Amino acid sequence: MTAEHVSTESATTDQNLRDRLHGMVADWSSDQRSFKSASWGKAMMWIFLVSDTFVFSCFLISYMTVRMSTTVEWPHPSEIFALDIGGKKIPLILIAIMTFDLITSSGTMAMAVNFAYARERKKAAILMLVTAFFGAAFVGMQAFEWTKLIHEGVRPWGNPFGAAQFGSSFFMITGFHGFHVSVGVIFLLIIARAVWRGDYDVGRRGFFTSRKGRYEIVEIMGLYWHFVDLVWVFIFAFFYLW
Amino acid sequence: MTTMTEETTHGHASVAQAAKPAAQAHGQQHPIKLYLLVWTLLFILSACSYLVDYFDFQGYLRWFLIIVFMLLKAGLIVAVFMHMAWERLALVVAILAPPMAVLVLMAMMAWEGEYTNALRVFFFGA
Repeated sequence: MTAEHVSTESATTDQNLRDRLHGMVADWSSDQRSFKSASWGKAMMWIFLVSDTFVFSCFLISYMTVRMSTTVEWPHPSEIFALDIGGKKIPLILIAIMTFDLITSSGTMAMAVNFAYARERKKAAILMLVTAFFGAAFVGMQAFEWTKLIHEGVRPWGNPFGAAQFGSSFFMITGFHGFHVSVGVIFLLIIARAVWRGDYDVGRRGFFTSRKGRYEIVEIMGLYWHFVDLVWVFIFAFFYLW
Repeated sequence: MTTMTEETTHGHASVAQAAKPAAQAHGQQHPIKLYLLVWTLLFILSACSYLVDYFDFQGYLRWFLIIVFMLLKAGLIVAVFMHMAWERLALVVAILAPPMAVLVLMAMMAWEGEYTNALRVFFFGA
C-alpha cells in the first residue's frame, strides 16, 4: 500500500476509496457482525426500510404501468388538487403545503436526534412532540384532501375527470403513505414520553420489550420518520407533478 | 485496519490536545448548523419543484426538472438526515444497492405498459 502512495489530490481520493472498499470486504467477511458502526437496532430499522422501499416502489411502478397502458386521458393533478383561496384558483397548493409541512417535521426530528445524544432530554422530547404535531397536521390535510375528492366523485373504480385507474392509484399510494405517517406519529409520542420522563437515564424497562432502552432509539425513530418524508418526495414528483 | 490506525492516531492527538473538547464524542451527532442548511435547501428545492407546476412547464423540460429536484431532495435526506454520509461502506452498499433492482422492474413494466397500450389502441381503436 505504501508503495502506491502518491502525493496528488486524486491519488489520495483513490486511496481513500480503496481503503473503504477493503473495509467493506473485511466487515462482511469478519466474525459476529458486518455492520461495525451500526447497532442491531439501527441495522434492523435500515433493513425494514429497504423492504418498505420495495413496497412503495411496487405501488409507484404499478401506477406507472396503468397510467402508460390506459387509452383514456389521465386526470390533471394540477387542477384536481387546486384550491380556491381568496377567489383565486391556485394549482396544487394543498400538496405544496403538505410537502413543506413534512419537510419541517423532518428538520425538527433531525434536531431532536441531536439533542437526545447531547442528553438534553426536555429539548429532545419537545422537538419530537413538534414533529408529531406536524405529522398529525399532514394526516389531517390528507383527510381533507380525501374528503374533497370523494365528494367530487373520485372512487377507486372511477372518477369524472378521466382514466378510472386514477382513483385506485391515488387511494392506494397516498393511503399507504398516510398510514405510515400515522404510525410514525404514534411512535413519536410514545418515545417522546419516555425521553421526557428520563427513561433512558434511569434505565427504566420498556412496556413492550421489558428491556432497557438507550437514547439511540431517537435516532432509529428518526430514520423511520425521514424515510416517510423520503417516500413523499417520490410521491410528490411522480403522482402529483408528473 | 487502516481505519483502526487512523482512529488510534486521532485518539492520541485528542489526548495531546486535551484543552480542546471532543466535538464528536457521541454517535451520530452533527452541528445543528448543517441540519439547518439542509432544511433550507430542502425548502428551496421543494419550492422549485412546485414552481415547475405553477409555471406549467411541459414535455421533457418538466420531466427533467422534476427528476433533478426529486433526486437532490432524496439525496440530501438520505445523506444528512439519515446520516448515510457517515456510515461505513458495508452498510451503505447493503442498503442502497438492492433498491437498484427496482429500476429493472420499472424498465420491464414500462415496456409492458407500452405494449398493453398498443394492443388497446389496435383492438379497441381508442
